Amino acid sequence: MSCSRRTLLKNSVKGAIAASLPLSAFRFLSPAELKAAIGDDKVRWGFLVDTTKCVGCGFCVKGCKKENEIPYDAAVTRTWVERYVITKDGKTHADSPMGARDGFTKTQFRHEEEIDPIDISKAFFVPKLCNQCETPACVQVCPVGATYQTKDGVVLIDRKWCIGCGYCVMACPYGVRFFHPKYKVADKCNFCYHRISKGMKTACVEACPFEARQIGNLKNPDDPVTQIIMNERVAVLKDEYGTKPQVFYIGLDHTVK
Amino acid sequence: MVDHAMIAHGAEWTIKHGFVYPNEFIYWGMTIVMYPYMTGLVAGAFVLSSLYHVFGQKDLKDIAKFALVFSLALLPVAMMPLMLHLQQPLRGIEVMFTPHFTSAIAAFGMVFTTYSIIVLSEIWFVYREYFVEQTVALKGSNKTGDQVKRVIYNILTLGAYDIGEKAIAKDHKAVAVLAAIGIPVACFLHGYAGFIFGSVKANALWMSPLMPVIFIMSAVVSGIALCMLTYIIIMEWKKFRAVLKKGLGDESVTVIAGVEMDVMKKTSKYLLGFLVAAIILELLDIIFRGYTQMKSWDILREVMFQEDFTKIFILQYGLGNLVPFILLMLPKLTIRRLFVSLCLILFGVFMMRWNVVVGGQAFSLSFSGFMHYDLPMIPHNLETYREGLFGALTVAATPFVIFWLISKIVPSMKAV
Repeated sequence: MSCSRRTLLKNSVKGAIAASLPLSAFRFLSPAELKAAIGDDKVRWGFLVDTTKCVGCGFCVKGCKKENEIPYDAAVTRTWVERYVITKDGKTHADSPMGARDGFTKTQFRHEEEIDPIDISKAFFVPKLCNQCETPACVQVCPVGATYQTKDGVVLIDRKWCIGCGYCVMACPYGVRFFHPKYKVADKCNFCYHRISKGMKTACVEACPFEARQIGNLKNPDDPVTQIIMNERVAVLKDEYGTKPQVFYIGLDHTVK
Repeated sequence: MVDHAMIAHGAEWTIKHGFVYPNEFIYWGMTIVMYPYMTGLVAGAFVLSSLYHVFGQKDLKDIAKFALVFSLALLPVAMMPLMLHLQQPLRGIEVMFTPHFTSAIAAFGMVFTTYSIIVLSEIWFVYREYFVEQTVALKGSNKTGDQVKRVIYNILTLGAYDIGEKAIAKDHKAVAVLAAIGIPVACFLHGYAGFIFGSVKANALWMSPLMPVIFIMSAVVSGIALCMLTYIIIMEWKKFRAVLKKGLGDESVTVIAGVEMDVMKKTSKYLLGFLVAAIILELLDIIFRGYTQMKSWDILREVMFQEDFTKIFILQYGLGNLVPFILLMLPKLTIRRLFVSLCLILFGVFMMRWNVVVGGQAFSLSFSGFMHYDLPMIPHNLETYREGLFGALTVAATPFVIFWLISKIVPSMKAV
């Protein structure tokens, strides 16, 4: 059989197309799509922080670090507590030494001079954690789909797929993301997903002696957390970024960063 | 003893002051400064070569071929800092497997591949005639070196041996078409790098729709500057060799010097044009931020006019833009003055990248604290090598090595 170069090329192309047709019957799912199929769509996890109850003991930070195996002495943490002191001259002093892992043991702020209690007009603590945003910027920017939102609203990270580019770390307006010192991938609070999906409370909620932290299902109108969010005046952090955060705060001050 | 494995990424080179969230560090350091710098050089070199191939700017003929080959040498280096930067470099290829298209980085692999294909095929069309000629010329030789060379050239012809007038005319047409497609793709490649930064809404300094355009302009500036600089060095070397061989007064020396000055004078006009465009856009961005005074302006102002004043206004705008601008505008341009201006311009663009990438992380998301990037000089582990001075030097040196290798096969300076 004679076969010219032209015929050979023609047939090769035809063959390649024919061979790839059966392959196209499969739909390629991105890991994000695949993983997002998990979770219960009757649940939307939300968080409520009552800043008026927080005393800055840091038990939540300790509890979180141990539960989620975040290296204890590394500066990074999934949750932290900030201390605010507003003095009579209108200045805001804020800090969070080691994320308040050991509470606040000094009355000084970093290297500043000690504040005379007489000069203080108001002071309070603000616990922070991942806001599990409704439209998370971190999920949007992940180039490989290693971070994804589950049906119940929690944003998770696939440690086996994250390439460690840090784009999500940059994209989060709340600074909740960091690189896990051991696994070398992005890490953040996930509302203790391994616990809440089994009916337990998060480690920080369990650790808080003053019930300043609560977690609940926002889709259940009878949930105590939902009740408070619906009936009382609550606020969220940095809503100007359009991320629709789902951690609600009671007693949030305008000076909170 | 500190367990280095348990130190947070970034803690080694980040100095915080004021109120900074606990997880905030300089996550994007030296490697990410090098990334837009190198991509910018690639795009700029290509645009320079296309000015001749597409728009027929005859005055750029001599530098066009060189710029094209140089942009090929720079190409792999645009990828290098990104790979160095990844915490999981072996997983980098996943961007190609499972691109998550809502991310601005996801299409990088594709844009980059498209661009590479265009550059490679354009070079092939430019040099096909040469490859065929070499295959023919080296046919009879018995030397092993020549035989190896002949095999390489033979493979490079891809079996297209026709160098008749018609075939060559077709080649030229293909070059023009590829160069024309290449310009938007090169601009896209780099404007895209600008988009990666400009679209980060959490970062008050980066977020600006002007970012991609600013990046393109400064990219072209740096690309042209680097091509001119390398061209000068090579021509000076040729002149030096001619002087050694034939003596100072020889005609060939004056000819080389004449060609060099001529090409450089013409190219520097384009350089000036793009430089002005880049500066105007950058200033517009600052003025706009100052005028609108959004929430972030207080901290941005502190970063620009206090914390990073030297880096932004003295080093970038002063030394990197204004001084070379004046040097180039002054009459009676000499090669020496041009050389200094080009070095300053390259430095200026580098500082611009630095001030964008590191400057964007110089302030906390809390808007009430600062972070200072303490560039690791002497590396003591992989992390401090990659994000430090030596990582950057490795990246900066690689294109010249690649160019030297390519020059063994493709004579980019032959037109000279």
